[in-house]
Amino acid sequence: MKAILPQARLKARSPELGLRATSFAFILVMVVIPMAVILQDGFKEGAAEFWRQVTLPVAAHAIILTLWTSALMTVINAVMGLLTAFVLVRYAFPGKAILNAIVDLPLAIPTLVTGVMLVILYGPQQALGLFLNQELGFQVIFAPPGIVLALLFITFPFVVRTIQPVLLDLDQQQEHAAATLGARRWTIFRRIIFPALALPTFSGSLLSFARAVGEFGAVVIVAGNIPFKSQTAAVYVLGAVESENRLAASAVSIVLIAISLVVILITNRLLSRRRGSQ
Amino acid sequence: MTTQRLIGLRKSDRGWGPRLLVLAVVVYVGVLVLAPIVALVNGALQKGLPYFLASLNTPQFWQAFTLSVEIAVSVVVIQAILGSMTAWVIVRHSFPGKAIFNAVIDIPFAISPVVVGYMLLLVFGRNGMLYPLLSIFDIQVAFALPGIFLATLFVSLPFMIREMIPVIENLDRSQELAASTLGASRWTTFWRVIFPGLRTALLYGIALTMARAMGEFGAVLVIGGGVQGRTATTTLYIFHALEERQYVEAYTAAILLGLGSVLIVSLADFIRHRTQH
Repeated sequence: MKAILPQARLKARSPELGLRATSFAFILVMVVIPMAVILQDGFKEGAAEFWRQVTLPVAAHAIILTLWTSALMTVINAVMGLLTAFVLVRYAFPGKAILNAIVDLPLAIPTLVTGVMLVILYGPQQALGLFLNQELGFQVIFAPPGIVLALLFITFPFVVRTIQPVLLDLDQQQEHAAATLGARRWTIFRRIIFPALALPTFSGSLLSFARAVGEFGAVVIVAGNIPFKSQTAAVYVLGAVESENRLAASAVSIVLIAISLVVILITNRLLSRRRGSQ
Repeated sequence: MTTQRLIGLRKSDRGWGPRLLVLAVVVYVGVLVLAPIVALVNGALQKGLPYFLASLNTPQFWQAFTLSVEIAVSVVVIQAILGSMTAWVIVRHSFPGKAIFNAVIDIPFAISPVVVGYMLLLVFGRNGMLYPLLSIFDIQVAFALPGIFLATLFVSLPFMIREMIPVIENLDRSQELAASTLGASRWTTFWRVIFPGLRTALLYGIALTMARAMGEFGAVLVIGGGVQGRTATTTLYIFHALEERQYVEAYTAAILLGLGSVLIVSLADFIRHRTQH
């Protein structure tokens, strides 16, 4: 056995190296080079010009709108995702299997289709949209609430599906011990269950935030393209590309890339720490 | 122990608290996910079933749909081969910068599709970096099929790799070692020992990639431009139909696209569950 092992490794060397080179080339050409090109393009006229493009009132408004709608969605998604995962794992009720299957639907439905659905439901010509707008003065479509709704739909599975496996693996003995010692249900949740779920809730929420910041298909349909009102950063980039405003397109693209990159790196670090501690 | 567990379980299911929680979740999912789906079906049928069927039966729609399927299938083939190879390299090889390599793979998941399309324009477009080279050979990438293909490849990159990594991690390496000690060639070891263990994950990865590729919109809009008939994918067809206020046509195509994606993913899910039990 010992004699064979080094030999096997020797034999392995050349094809495995080819494998590694191919996959490196794949990622390099597909991801790294396009990102390097955009970075170079955005800073071509210097950092001052980049900063000027990003802080133009229209661009800054679009970036800030993207950030606050994504952040609001993330908070709602964290609470409702945690609740949904808890109910799906811990309670038995009729229709549970159907509910569990519905949670996955937003993963498969194209985001453009999501946008179309929301416009039909809440649009100004529809009964519900008309009611909300005229009776309650609440505009959903072509306004920030529509953006938040679209983002909630798209990212709903992320938090639920990161919490669910952790909750399934959670040892219930501690909870039973606490219950026999007279702890109330809310105390048990706060002191025993939530600490175990905090990390998956947080990383799932970060993931949905990263996804939401760049979302385009649903948002362009739901929010339209109204500067200073409902124009998000991704839609602003589209407008800049269409009007051949290359400096603006590159600068705001770099901001979007930087936000996603930072959030993805933090999430990866968190998840690998959890894996390490197990 | 057993009685404790029984008490705990019964206690947690009893009373108004749990019922209210279940109700809250059901209402939330109903309003957030189900109501829009019902509204879409309702919208497509607003002029009756015959009109719904007639709007399916137009050459523009079928052209767009066929193009989407062709692009998605070719992306899936590339992703199945190169994605599996990349997953293998990440699990089995150790090299400096592996953590960064691993993080780079998630980038397409989070980058805005519009930015993806724009990046490709900067590389291949009229004022792009590679444009002089491309024009020598008279190859058109931007506003043509190769551009749509590349954009779709980019946005669907993480799905196959992320699906394969945990499965490759769990493979029993002693079986591979046994096969090679018994004199099996590398090819035989791959097909007879490694591949059967990867089959289900491969299938699921293909389904996810396919659904993502069929539904891509932002990147394709920027790089493809949507020249009707030539570069109009299904999502671009829906977008243009909305712009031209042909609502039933748009809603019908949206239903078909959504239904197709959901079916593909559910089928793969079904097969995965059946092979696991």
